Amino acid sequence: MTIPQISVFLENKAGQLADITNILSQNQVNMRAINIAETADYGVLRLIVDDASKASSILLEQGFILTMTPVVGVAVSDTPGGLSQVLGVISRAGIDVEYMYSVFGQKDGQACMIFRVADTDKLASVLEENGISTMTGDSLGLH
Amino acid sequence: MERYYQQEIETADREQILAWQNERLVKQVRHVWDNVPYYRAKMEGKGVTPADIQSVEDLHKLPFLTKDDLREAYPYGLLAKPLKDCVRIQSTSGTTGRRVVAFYTQHDVDLWEDCCARAIMAAGGTDEDVCHVCYGYGLFTGGPGLNGGSHKVGCLTLPMSSGNTDRQLQFMVDLEATILCCTPSYAAFLAESIHERGLRDKIKLKAGIFGAEAWSEEMRQDIQNKLGIKAYDIYGLTETSGPGVAFECSEQTGMHINEDHFIAEIIDPDTGEVLPEGSKGELVFTAITKEAFPLLRYRTRDICILTREKCSCGRTHIKMSKPMGRSDDMLIVKGVNVFPSQIETVLLEQGYPANYQIIVDRINNSDTIEVMVEMTSENFSDNLGKITEMEKGLVSALKAMLGIYAKVRLVAPKSITRSEGKAVRVIDKRKI
Repeated sequence: MTIPQISVFLENKAGQLADITNILSQNQVNMRAINIAETADYGVLRLIVDDASKASSILLEQGFILTMTPVVGVAVSDTPGGLSQVLGVISRAGIDVEYMYSVFGQKDGQACMIFRVADTDKLASVLEENGISTMTGDSLGLH
Repeated sequence: MERYYQQEIETADREQILAWQNERLVKQVRHVWDNVPYYRAKMEGKGVTPADIQSVEDLHKLPFLTKDDLREAYPYGLLAKPLKDCVRIQSTSGTTGRRVVAFYTQHDVDLWEDCCARAIMAAGGTDEDVCHVCYGYGLFTGGPGLNGGSHKVGCLTLPMSSGNTDRQLQFMVDLEATILCCTPSYAAFLAESIHERGLRDKIKLKAGIFGAEAWSEEMRQDIQNKLGIKAYDIYGLTETSGPGVAFECSEQTGMHINEDHFIAEIIDPDTGEVLPEGSKGELVFTAITKEAFPLLRYRTRDICILTREKCSCGRTHIKMSKPMGRSDDMLIVKGVNVFPSQIETVLLEQGYPANYQIIVDRINNSDTIEVMVEMTSENFSDNLGKITEMEKGLVSALKAMLGIYAKVRLVAPKSITRSEGKAVRVIDKRKI
């Protein structure tokens, strides 16, 4: 089960990020997770939002460069060693994690991590075999 | 007292210079007509034969030669001597990546070095001097030209080439260099380094010969004050042999063109019409003594003014002002010729849009060049590593094309101003 992620090109200059969050807020789009990777001159903003198709069309209209990528949300026990166990499983299966980040405000002793890998199907089946559940869009409050 | 390398030539009267020019021009036109089909075709295209060129007065009848011709004729199309008679090439970058290759016979090398020797002696050089040459050696003409001139004068020559400031300063101090030859920006950089390291009292420099890029009178004063020397300008281009086509004397009010080897004209860059003395226009050279790579009416694209006003140094050859600009879009960055079209070619090859901006600046006396290019959906990825990989690929492709490092800055789409009509491709922030 994959989740759509929106990645937006950000030039490192004042106000770029605020512009994006402002556009999303005006259009009633709620962000569920956010992550930025950057160099000195530019960055990539990665977003999980409640309505990805609405958010992407609004941002495209505003002239932003973006791409949609399927990522996997993984339920991780919110206890010491929780993430370590999941990463151990992924690593033993020989899957490279391109990057990962966490989702805001999970409840019930569970955290959620977003994983970007080349082969999402393989990741999903490896996790399943090891009894680790992946998050559905519903469980993350996505439309 | 003014020193000359070839006093009789350098101080010859106008009639004598004209007599040399008339005789050599006629001979040169015959030489290219007989030996270079490319020239012959160009002349025939304009309905001119060698019989039409009897003196300098007839020069205007000849067709112009441009950098496009050099590119089209690359590599041997303008060669006027058998390759077995050639002993050397030098080269410079041309437009859209094709280089200009100039050939030299031993005689050509000799005359070029004579021109550089004149420049060194005009700067006060003698056989007792130690001449520190830190122009690049190799395909670039700066190092080989001044090196040869220095030998002819009899200076102890330090063939330092460029870079490695520690070593430059060590040799400058230990071997007591008296004349420095390099680009003005490198001279300014060395001057700073000398101050920072407290070496000012340990250097013995008295003069500097600085060329291959534009520099202002303020920059001259700055270098002169910091190093306690006199700083002289020198001019040339690979196509016409290299540095030494023109050089400054003690008066420092323009550069004497070696008129026994080069006939200079000023033209209107739009119409090609020859302009009267004192007009500002594009400088055109006819090389009348070069054997292997003779250029007739070569358009330099440099904008300047010529004057025959009497010079206090005693030299009689015509003087050119510092170049005041270009009639094309060529930039000179770190002494290297850069055309926006070269950058555009690389961008397109590497899958970037042709919408770009080039920002040239001079930071700490060193030229910098930055290429701003817009991100596109095709090039964008959620993976930062892929973007930086692609950026690195662009940086190395630019380095391969230009020969110098250019910083790349990826910017958001539509952030490069699209002006009405002609795009502003180059922003030159250097105060020259």
